[in-house]
Amino acid sequence: MTILVIAEHNNDALKTDTHKVVAAAAAIGGDIDVLVAGANCGAVAEQAAKLTGVSKVLVADNACYEHQLAENLGLLVADLGKGYSHILAAASTTGKNFLPRSAALLDVAQISDIIRVDSADTFARPFYAGNAIATVKSNDSIKVITVRTSAFDSVEETGSASVESIDNAQDAGISSYVRSELTVSERPELGSARVIISGGRGMQNGDNFKMLEEVADKLGAGVGASRAAVDAGFVPNDMQVGQTGKIVAPELYVAVGISGAIQHLAGMKDSKVIVAINKDPEAPIFQVADFGLEADLFEAIPELNSKL
Amino acid sequence: MKILVPIKRVVDYNVKVRVKSDNTDVDLSNLKMSINPFCEIAVEEAVRLKEAGVASEVIAVSIGEKACQEQIRTALALGADRGIQIETDAQPQPLAIAKMLAKVVDAEQPQIVLMGKQTIDGDNNQTGQMLAALTNMPQGTFASEVKVDGDKVEVTREVDGGLVTVALNLPAVITTDLRLNEPRYASLPNIMKAKRKPIAVQTPEELGVEISNSLDVLKVEEPAARSAGVMVESVDELIEKLRTTAKVI
Ligand SMILES: Cc1cc2nc3c(=O)[nH]c(=O)nc-3n(C[C@H](O)[C@H](O)[C@H](O)COP(=O)(O)OP(=O)(O)OC[C@H]3O[C@@H](n4cnc5c(N)ncnc54)[C@H](O)[C@@H]3O)c2cc1C
Ligand SMILES: Cc1cc2nc3c(=O)[nH]c(=O)nc-3n(C[C@H](O)[C@H](O)[C@H](O)COP(=O)(O)OP(=O)(O)OC[C@H]3O[C@@H](n4cnc5c(N)ncnc54)[C@H](O)[C@@H]3O)c2cc1C
Repeated sequence: MTILVIAEHNNDALKTDTHKVVAAAAAIGGDIDVLVAGANCGAVAEQAAKLTGVSKVLVADNACYEHQLAENLGLLVADLGKGYSHILAAASTTGKNFLPRSAALLDVAQISDIIRVDSADTFARPFYAGNAIATVKSNDSIKVITVRTSAFDSVEETGSASVESIDNAQDAGISSYVRSELTVSERPELGSARVIISGGRGMQNGDNFKMLEEVADKLGAGVGASRAAVDAGFVPNDMQVGQTGKIVAPELYVAVGISGAIQHLAGMKDSKVIVAINKDPEAPIFQVADFGLEADLFEAIPELNSKL
Repeated sequence: MKILVPIKRVVDYNVKVRVKSDNTDVDLSNLKMSINPFCEIAVEEAVRLKEAGVASEVIAVSIGEKACQEQIRTALALGADRGIQIETDAQPQPLAIAKMLAKVVDAEQPQIVLMGKQTIDGDNNQTGQMLAALTNMPQGTFASEVKVDGDKVEVTREVDGGLVTVALNLPAVITTDLRLNEPRYASLPNIMKAKRKPIAVQTPEELGVEISNSLDVLKVEEPAARSAGVMVESVDELIEKLRTTAKVI
């Protein structure tokens, strides 16, 4: 049994998502190879070689993989994947984009968003916005899986795997990269933040998020948001926590002016400690909160900031 | 150009589902069913492309039991021109759904397939990507903006780090994210008009697709419940709890 893990990176650095996917692979058992597909991504391969439990790093370094276009990456992973028992990627917007393509090309199912490994062919995954957990057994010869990274702990970096470059340029020639507008932030990413403070419609506007940022900086926290705050244009889309945004499970999650709709809870209810600050005592968010504070956020947040 | 919009009948987003006591599935009996919200956004975008003169015909297709014709009618009331139902009581998994949709693509030759990025029941987020692979079309997933330009379409995608724009050769598959548009409400006259629009019914056998699901669901459970929390009286008490009881700050 050999497992292929597809690395998540930006050509310069490996993302910690990969550390977590390797942890899921280790739970399945067997040899683990990591594929780094990108352009000028040698540094990423070096980093991947250090991941504990990895035997081999394959590097497909070619301009056609620079932007992780699903059409090209899908072909590469389907081609390489034939020799493996399992193919794993993070359930990130990158993994979700290319991996179902590879699965379809291999004529096998994909098991999305696993949160637990029971055996080499049996996995648990949430559906219905996390209100039910299905235990699913795969009868396919190759198991294609995306991993919910918030459910696995990162592996260490104690390894020294071999690095092998492969000459396999799969340029489908049907799509191209145009531009990106990536959010630049000094704060930790939501996927790896130990503490997250999120604001909802109750924040009233984007400027008021500065209050949350000040608290976040004192706690070393990332800043998130509800869909309502994103839809209203207070903050960018990559801050949305929830069923259809980012799924997070930090040590501490502070929900400010968020009512606690099913879809929001789906993205944060596995956090270790949840704090809710809301002026409505009936808000459903209080039902999942370890500590609830019924208060006007425009008084509570400045006070919290001054006392931390 | 034709636009094909695959839509799915799902439990309404306001409903919190329960797991059956025998742990075989969720209990959907007597629950309100609706068109999957992301599919509704797809219908709206297709209709807007038609209104803008870019598209000539919008076809809504749904795979499922007879009742999914209700959701096809919803799409017709929003402005789709005709419907296709592929009737099956089997609960096909995404790969089988994609294979059936690929046959419909073969027959209809749409320039764009506009669909939801995920359903709010299965939460798989796979079908569009699989369909794109099976038909060798490029894909613009999680779209927040769609611009057709000659024989290409530019799609701005919502990704973990922000936004990425790609250019795709047509025909292409596009899957919708929440910010693409705000679907209209169907007006009463349009709901009445929709009743007279045609829905063709086909079967998986007629399409030549055998529904074989390779995943077995062994059991379905409720997630672990969180233990009850406490209300604190003040910001001071909150800080104290986080420092000494929870030890997280
Ligand atoms: C298909 C679909 C997908 C979705 N996906 C997501 C998702 O991924 N993530 C997500 O978050 N939502 C998602 N939603 C939306 C979700 O259903 C809710 O509409 C949304 O979460 C509500 O955001 P909110 O809590 O900020 O706003 P509201 O529900 O309007 O709540 C605002 C809260 O702020 C409180 N408040 C107001 N002023 C103050 C004040 N001064 N002090 C203290 N409290 C105050 C109010 O009491 C209220 O509880 C989705 C919906 C659909 C249909
Ligand atoms: C225990 C269990 C019970 C289940 N019970 C049911 C059930 O009772 N009824 C049920 O329908 N499913 C059920 N499913 C889900 C089913 O097995 C498939 O996973 C699901 O129908 C397809 O995946 P998805 O909807 O998550 O696809 P996604 O890949 O998330 O869907 C993306 C898009 O694909 C298109 N699409 C998806 N399905 C269809 C369709 N049928 N017709 C047209 N377009 C479509 C839509 O545009 C949709 O927005 C169950 C799953 C499990 C694990």
